[in-house]
Amino acid sequence: MRTLYHFNGGVHPPTHKAQSTQTPIMQAGLPSRLVVPLHQHAGNSAKPAVQVGDHVLKGQLFGMPEGSVSSAVHAPTSGTVTAIDMQVVAHPSGLPDLCVTLLPDGRDEWITRVSTDYLQTNPAELRQLLRLAGVVGLGGAVFPSDLKLRPGTQKIKALVLNGAECEPYITCDDMLMRERADEIVRGAEMMRHILEAGEVLIGIEDNKPAAIAAMRAAVSANSLNTMEVVVVPTIYPGGGAKQLIRVLTGIEVAAGVRSTDLGVQCFNVATAYSAHRAIEHGEPLISRIVTLTGNVQQAQNFEVLIGTPVNELVALAGAKADTNGYIMGGPMMGVPLPSDQVTVTKATNCIIASSPALFPPPPPSMPCIRCTRCVEVCPAELQPQDLYWFAKAKNFGKAQEFNLFDCIECGACSYMCPSNIPLVQYYRFAKSEIWANEREKDAANLARERHEYHLLRIEREKQEKAEKLAQKEKAAAAAKAAATTGTDAKTIEALRAQVREIARPASEHPKE
Amino acid sequence: MLTALLVMSFIALLLGAVLGFSALKFRVEGNPLVDKIDAILPQTQCGQCSFPGCKPYAMAIAAGEADINRCPPGGEEGIRKLADLLGMEFKPFGEDTAAQKPKSVAFIDENTCIGCTLCIQACPVDAISGAAKQMHTVVAAECTGCELCVAPCPVDCIIMIPLKETISTWKFQYPAPPDPASGLASSSDKITAMSGHSQ
Repeated sequence: MRTLYHFNGGVHPPTHKAQSTQTPIMQAGLPSRLVVPLHQHAGNSAKPAVQVGDHVLKGQLFGMPEGSVSSAVHAPTSGTVTAIDMQVVAHPSGLPDLCVTLLPDGRDEWITRVSTDYLQTNPAELRQLLRLAGVVGLGGAVFPSDLKLRPGTQKIKALVLNGAECEPYITCDDMLMRERADEIVRGAEMMRHILEAGEVLIGIEDNKPAAIAAMRAAVSANSLNTMEVVVVPTIYPGGGAKQLIRVLTGIEVAAGVRSTDLGVQCFNVATAYSAHRAIEHGEPLISRIVTLTGNVQQAQNFEVLIGTPVNELVALAGAKADTNGYIMGGPMMGVPLPSDQVTVTKATNCIIASSPALFPPPPPSMPCIRCTRCVEVCPAELQPQDLYWFAKAKNFGKAQEFNLFDCIECGACSYMCPSNIPLVQYYRFAKSEIWANEREKDAANLARERHEYHLLRIEREKQEKAEKLAQKEKAAAAAKAAATTGTDAKTIEALRAQVREIARPASEHPKE
Repeated sequence: MLTALLVMSFIALLLGAVLGFSALKFRVEGNPLVDKIDAILPQTQCGQCSFPGCKPYAMAIAAGEADINRCPPGGEEGIRKLADLLGMEFKPFGEDTAAQKPKSVAFIDENTCIGCTLCIQACPVDAISGAAKQMHTVVAAECTGCELCVAPCPVDCIIMIPLKETISTWKFQYPAPPDPASGLASSSDKITAMSGHSQ
């Protein structure tokens, strides 16, 4: 029996998971249109690789990765590109972003898919393959997986596969593990191969017995003796990458440290599944499992094409009449969607239909009484009451000193707060203000540098001009002197030519 | 008595020599206060403070010749930071200071541009590219929005376009007190708080 470790705090919110695990994963099918954002991953937006009017095949490249931190985006089905424009995307801001709109032709015709034998391919090529297949972390952070598969300064001892799925309502990983355990396990083995990791630890919370059984069966069926399914206690946020690494290996990953440098790396089970689809079947990441739950007739998991509009998706589950909005993600960390017209992205693990009965408006928040219940539950071992104090006072420097950026925004503090203070909102506000300040500072530094160079250039030009003038005057004086002292005509002519020579470039290049 | 005098004057000479040497050796180039003030200023180099650029304004502040409330692009936040740094009271913008405007970048209407290079010469950060009798264009990423290129243009082809908020520049709002009229959960925290009370 493996020794498990603990992380600080954690909470036990009601899970609400049973309602969406009654039926198997259903195919959501082809929607009337697909709107695929080009920025679905952490890092730079992908660069459009198609044009309006192009006929594309399923799996064809929509956007090329741009820069080192970026990933590719693909056509979810075959059809015609009708627009490449700014559309409202699934982001709490409700602002538009560049999207490719695809009108499906109904044939669902694939590109030629090439299977790769991962044992015969070197890791760098496999990483490039995953980058071009658009494989990103499907746990919610959507960080490009190829970058996480780069070896660090230390040999990777443990590859942690995250099947904990601690957040209430969400069951997409649970259902994926129940139904497609074999492919997850094979994908994990590929990742282990790329990282040359010692062992693979699959962490699953003990409230998913069916998934645990399926994964154990898949591991033994593939006779992988370096892989182990580890049952971890159910506690929120036990599925946070840092928390799960802590529970399984005892390693604490500090802020700003790459976990590969500590000999451990963590991937979501769905990411391992997508990596397997990409390497073994040559299929890029164009669909994912989405839990549809909350105020709906039939809560269920769907396999959804990326770019499917949320309103067409919820029609499949039957949103009840009093639905007043949709939340992307879970109730703890999710964000409200700006409208039901936005589309599913790689980050959409769950859509909860909300209603006043399900999520009634919160009671008014009361002053902080510094009871430190938030400290007791904070998995990052922060002082949430102090962070709140500084964020509220807009004292961002102090908030950073108290390690604001270690906050994973899990919401355990707000959940426990007896004064109903929306703590995480304050932390998000403070973080985005700090980022904005840093952007401004960078812009100011660039401007300062360019202005200093500008002044330097003007000074240099002035000097050059002065030197030229001095030279010209000197030559003229010499010519005059020669004329008055009666030097022969030849010397005078030579000196005159010299003067002309000096004067010429100045007249040819008028002041810009 | 004489020994004491000699010892004391020797020590005085020695210490004087050490101080004199370190004054030369560890001399600080420029005024460090100017750099600190300059770091707070927004570096638009727009001259709205009546000084030719941010550095001259910083020098004037450091010398006590200029007020701290003369920089509209820095906003009140900038005045506050300057007041903090200099140990002064916050001072609102004076009536003679130029009005604050949203952050913008210059845009050249390329159909109207005659290629006179006047704007290129006016740009304090060399953010306009072009040559004589060639079309000019503004490198938006490097434009500080100082508007110094607008006035010299003989054909008025430069306009200032306010920067729009994008997803990458969007900021979370300061949490507002919850609105009991709206049933829709407008943030995850409301939802969070709720699931806590519905158990």
